[in-house]
Amino acid sequence: MRRRLAWRAARLHEARAETATARTLVLDVPGWPGHLAGQHVDVRLTADDGYTAQRSYSLAKPADGERIELTVETVADGEVSPYLTEVIEPGDQVEIRGPVGGWFVWRPDGKAPVLLVAGGAGIVPLMAMIRARRQAGSRVPFRLIYSLRDQDGRYYADELRKPEPGLDVTYLYTRSAPPGAARPAGRVTLADLAEGGWPADFAPDCYVCGPTGFVEAAADLLLALGHTPERIRTERFGPTGD
Amino acid sequence: MNIISRGFRGRQRRDDDRLPPGQYLVEDFPVLSAGPTPRVPLDRWEFTIDTETGRTHRWSWEEFTALPMETPTVDIHCVTKWSKLDTTWEGVSLDVLFDDVESAAEYALVHSYGGYTTNLPLEDLLDGQAWLVHRFDGEELEPRHGGPARLLVPHLYFWKSAKWVRGIRLLDEDWPGFWETAGYHNYGDPWREQRYEGD
Repeated sequence: MRRRLAWRAARLHEARAETATARTLVLDVPGWPGHLAGQHVDVRLTADDGYTAQRSYSLAKPADGERIELTVETVADGEVSPYLTEVIEPGDQVEIRGPVGGWFVWRPDGKAPVLLVAGGAGIVPLMAMIRARRQAGSRVPFRLIYSLRDQDGRYYADELRKPEPGLDVTYLYTRSAPPGAARPAGRVTLADLAEGGWPADFAPDCYVCGPTGFVEAAADLLLALGHTPERIRTERFGPTGD
Repeated sequence: MNIISRGFRGRQRRDDDRLPPGQYLVEDFPVLSAGPTPRVPLDRWEFTIDTETGRTHRWSWEEFTALPMETPTVDIHCVTKWSKLDTTWEGVSLDVLFDDVESAAEYALVHSYGGYTTNLPLEDLLDGQAWLVHRFDGEELEPRHGGPARLLVPHLYFWKSAKWVRGIRLLDEDWPGFWETAGYHNYGDPWREQRYEGD
């Protein structure tokens, strides 16, 4: 039996705003064992009277030694996320346990083309895959379809704007499209996934992450386009994802 | 001694002996699964129990729904940390399904439409601890929550309560399932916080 995943003390190095409601936390975690793109961690907070709360968050990029990054979206009425997005300051400590999850992962030696389908905050583990591809110098072609309410909600906007060989990015806006956009605002459709994705004949590995309704819809559409269930991996950020 | 996070006060602070360590309460019903939701037509649905000697017990949807039903009200605990109290289900106790099953096996491997598997000791499925359920909260069980029928084993983390369940194989040796080979605990007792391998 493997040794228990230990809780490790982590110290906030810096924090960056991604949007009005989301923040990327750069944490130093002495003893961090490394992780795969797509994995997550448990974060535990302890109040000074001993009360604790823990939640899971996706890792946003490959580890840089003992330094990791999480991107956290504030959940209204949440218990842990508002602390991480509004209260914690550089130098403050939390505890981290992980990495966790051996299914929703992309390995840098992967050979199949990759389709990433993100709904809202579901971009986080998929961005970790894009960054892992870049870091490994992989030439496996990636396509990202990123569905979100409007332009203001984009995470990693500057980084995704930079042209990157072998990475195609398509934005789908569900509530308001930018002026002049060819596609009107609306939920993800079969045509969106056909145009922004890969033909099923290419047998891509598909990773779908987002809120439940989005994941259900996108996974059903991928099946309808002929992708096989075995190649569709899903991960959900429920409304209680906190 | 935990590390204290400066400025964290917490909100739930519910002193509830029904909440296992590390869990928090939700009112809605989050969905977690590893792939697309399989759709299983009822006229092709079946549930089987295969014994270690090669005997197969089989129920069609009609046969299953004609069995005596129970309506358990239970608390459920997901390894992703949410817990939901007093959930109400309708289904058949596994004691009923195992009534005619002769077996000396110690382990069960549960398998589902769509390919999901999960393992547990056979004794955890018996003696009023587990059900095959097809209704939730007075309604037909939705596909996203495991319909037509899912397993309900509320004393273990909810990934053991396989959605879209198709059958149970009885085995002399333990055979780890889907999450159990992807870093999660083999048994998954929420009260001992057995989330991950090694806990």
